[in-house]
Amino acid sequence: MDFISILSIFVLACFVGYFVVWSVTPALHTPLMSVTNAISSVIVVGALIAAAAAGSATSKWLGLVAVALASVNIFGGFAVTHRMLAMYKKKERRDA
Amino acid sequence: MHEAVAVPAWVLLAYLIAGICFIMALRGLSSPESSRRGNRAGIAGMAIAVGTTLATHELAALWEIAIAILIGGGIGLVTARRIQMTAMPQLVAAFHSLVGMAAVLVGAAAFLNPGAFGILGPDGIHQVSRVEMGLGVAIGAITFSGSVIAFLKLNGNMSGKPIILPLRHVINLGTLIAILGLIAYFTQDQAPWIFWTVTALSFAIGFLLIIPIGGADMPVVISMLNSYSGWAAAAMGFTLHNSAMIITGALVGSSGAILSYIMCKAMNRSFISVIAGGFGAVESTGGAEAIDRPYKRGSAEDAAFLMSQADQVVIVPGYGMAVAQAQHALREMADLLKKEGVRVKYAIHPVAGRMPGHMNVLLAEANVPYDDVFELEDINSEFAQTDVAFVIGANDVTNPAAKTDKSSPIYGMPVLDVEKARTVLFVKRSMGGVGYAGVDNELFYRDNTMMLLADAKKMVEEIIKSLG
Repeated sequence: MDFISILSIFVLACFVGYFVVWSVTPALHTPLMSVTNAISSVIVVGALIAAAAAGSATSKWLGLVAVALASVNIFGGFAVTHRMLAMYKKKERRDA
Repeated sequence: MHEAVAVPAWVLLAYLIAGICFIMALRGLSSPESSRRGNRAGIAGMAIAVGTTLATHELAALWEIAIAILIGGGIGLVTARRIQMTAMPQLVAAFHSLVGMAAVLVGAAAFLNPGAFGILGPDGIHQVSRVEMGLGVAIGAITFSGSVIAFLKLNGNMSGKPIILPLRHVINLGTLIAILGLIAYFTQDQAPWIFWTVTALSFAIGFLLIIPIGGADMPVVISMLNSYSGWAAAAMGFTLHNSAMIITGALVGSSGAILSYIMCKAMNRSFISVIAGGFGAVESTGGAEAIDRPYKRGSAEDAAFLMSQADQVVIVPGYGMAVAQAQHALREMADLLKKEGVRVKYAIHPVAGRMPGHMNVLLAEANVPYDDVFELEDINSEFAQTDVAFVIGANDVTNPAAKTDKSSPIYGMPVLDVEKARTVLFVKRSMGGVGYAGVDNELFYRDNTMMLLADAKKMVEEIIKSLG
């Protein structure tokens, strides 16, 4: 991909992000932070490439550490988001 | 070494699908019902991204990778399960720091082994890639050290008070210019010292940027770091030409930016003034005369009586409720009141607590139905028809000075109009402590205000006893 097509994806995604995030209800702003945290760990893709590649031992180890750090975030981030979202309940009984 | 082979189309499509899953994950958060589906979409997206990467690279180190994922994933899962909901701001800060560090490590790995990332040209690393890499590492390092400081402040390992260095604006600006200058020079000369100096300076500036910011501005800081972690991922996505990373980075980056904007607006402060820091460090002037002013002090029995006679009670929680872990007791109290036929609602100010949505999560944890919980603009008109406003661990967000006193540091901040309720009950540790802004609250001394001076949880438990 050339630079311009990458840039186009980036700019359009910023707009998508802008509109999607404004529609998030304020009550869910904390889960929003934890889930964005989890998905920004998609940086693990770069870490995996570094860890998997032959060529530089230092680079491989840096990659492995990055894989471990990003995994903390991926598993921890989605799990804690799940835990929070499971707590949001509607009113069930209406005892007056 | 240099990978000139074109990436197969299915790989590009897979990363695109992963990106769409992430968009759906955020979209789901528009309502609690759809949010759980959204989270599953996010997990699916991550699985697709990781699976595609693993499938398309020859895996020289499969075992090591599996072990790294197991260790990291294990730590993540255990932490997520054990963490207390009141500690959520610290946890999020800690997670941000990991994303930042991962970005730095990936950037360093790409610098040391550019061939593996397909960014090696005939005369070294592509010039565009050098800029992207430099920016990615710089933002990642700032995210890391900034989040570590935010974590220490939120976790109480470091004073929440702003730490002011002399000449800090000069130092910060100088460092920032040096970083950008070095990244520009990096395009001409890819000497390792430039790369590592950029990294080191970025770590330093992340640290310098966050230490002067006080505890009350943490909702903005934490949103801002959220945003940075996204931009770091996006910059790495540019380096790796990976659309999943770019889409995600842009989503997270704009999400954090919007949250920062909402938080700034809820405090009527400009983003620049928050970043400049030092808020709440100024000694409060004219506080001396206020200390001796008479106020009405009430007991748990008085509070229980007042509330059980009311038609409507609005509960206003703040950071003090989180500190005292009073949310469960509070819900119990609300249940008892409802049994007596009282309508109970909760009013949440956007900056109550230490991160966006902090109070909502705590109330949800205590099983408060979310349709009892209202945002500032939805409930503010109701205080006039409210018999009792029960303010627990909040202060500045109720201060009428924000509406009337132009000299007040919080002037212009939208506040909850609790003074319009027939009676205002304030649960507060002591009269001495002022809120984060260091301003006294006129409301404490009004005739229709009753101060309940005690630990928030103990006070609520005593009220429960009197009600039951």
